Amino acid sequence: MDVSSVSILTEWDIVAARQMGRSEAKTIGFGAVDQARITTAISELARNIYLYAEQGSVTIGRFEKDGKVGIRVIAEDQGPGIGDVQLVLQDGYSSSYGLGAGLPGVKRLMDEFDIQTEVGEGTKITIVKWLS
Amino acid sequence: MLLSQYLKYQTERNLYLGQNFSRHLVQKNITPEEVISIHKVALEEIQELGMTDTMIISLDFLTEFMIQYGLALREHKILVEQQESMNHEIELAAKVQNTMLRTKKPELDGVDIDFLSVPAGKMNGDYVYFQDDDSDFVGIGVADVVGKGIPAALCMSMVKNGLDTLGQASISPAYALDVLNRIVEKSVEDNMFISMFYGRYDNEESVFTYASAGHEPALYYCAREEKFYDLDESKGLLLGILPDVHYMESSIKLAKNDMIIIMTDGVTECRTENERFLSRQELIDMIYNVKDETPGDLAHSVFKALEKFQAFHQRDDFTLAVIKKVQ
Repeated sequence: MDVSSVSILTEWDIVAARQMGRSEAKTIGFGAVDQARITTAISELARNIYLYAEQGSVTIGRFEKDGKVGIRVIAEDQGPGIGDVQLVLQDGYSSSYGLGAGLPGVKRLMDEFDIQTEVGEGTKITIVKWLS
Repeated sequence: MLLSQYLKYQTERNLYLGQNFSRHLVQKNITPEEVISIHKVALEEIQELGMTDTMIISLDFLTEFMIQYGLALREHKILVEQQESMNHEIELAAKVQNTMLRTKKPELDGVDIDFLSVPAGKMNGDYVYFQDDDSDFVGIGVADVVGKGIPAALCMSMVKNGLDTLGQASISPAYALDVLNRIVEKSVEDNMFISMFYGRYDNEESVFTYASAGHEPALYYCAREEKFYDLDESKGLLLGILPDVHYMESSIKLAKNDMIIIMTDGVTECRTENERFLSRQELIDMIYNVKDETPGDLAHSVFKALEKFQAFHQRDDFTLAVIKKVQ
């Protein structure tokens, strides 16, 4: 399975990650609206890395499981980690602080969402959207 | 279909049909970006339009644009649902509170005792308690948690438990407040205070004895003089400020048709729409007008009058209790 990766250091790397995600989504066969959704989700994750962890990476690739085909995005950083995962996944938390859609938004745009995080060690978020 | 109709005939009817369709889409949680995508496909299908690439591309831009709006909309829906379930929980809590703090008015020959307590919100931060046994005494406590709503209401269960442990109707009001103060001081946060008026009526001697922990002075109505007096001789600290407080008590002898009226600041601090406070004299006039009603009716009438005074916007919990010597 071919995967490509972008490291996130500057704000322009967010654009590179979006670009990569959109073209991968297109290649896999997602429609225009889903392409835009996947790109938005990647954008949010990359922005979180840029804003809170300062550096990390976004890895994007075609993903197959149980006969289903989709796209998988892994956003990883060695930043401060998230202390209260429940809180950041709560609706209204990030948007009420003017931070945009936040993780609940990402979760909603995709089909699968997984988060591993440890304070002081970093965060790894894996998201999948299936081709339906 | 709808779009091609409208492109041909720009009638109000076609717009109306379009809006009906959009209502349907909103109900089905169709996001704005999907709506644009549907729009785009429809435009592409109508060949005779001759859509240019630029126009199509601009719709792609708009789709991208709408994704955040779609997320905001979805989040809004979820928050509304959460709010509904929270309201439901509060209603249940209010029911539990009502059951837990239910007060039964005491029956004693020669005196008529009644009260009315109406919360401003769903939960009441005022509380009326009666200490009633087979003796010739009846105890009455009226408490008000500084603040209102849920925290105030939760605090009240503690006051009730404290009063329950006192056990006897003949207990001295000053002693009752001493004990409650210790309980409140130990169990609540430093920023929570309770004001309380505690009275005891001795039916044998027709004497009303009272003590106050920072509470609104009660009113004494002397039927012979047709005059009202403030019962403000025994003033003490609010409950819960200092651990060792000793309250003072005073007594007054009641004659036939005399009344004691105990209130919370939801009565005395009523304001009009224009922020004008109710004066003590206005309150006394209101009560005087209905002084011949039974205690229950009197409390109700004062509530109605104050409701009107506040332009039907009750801001604080209202409580008024009346003890009237009828024989």
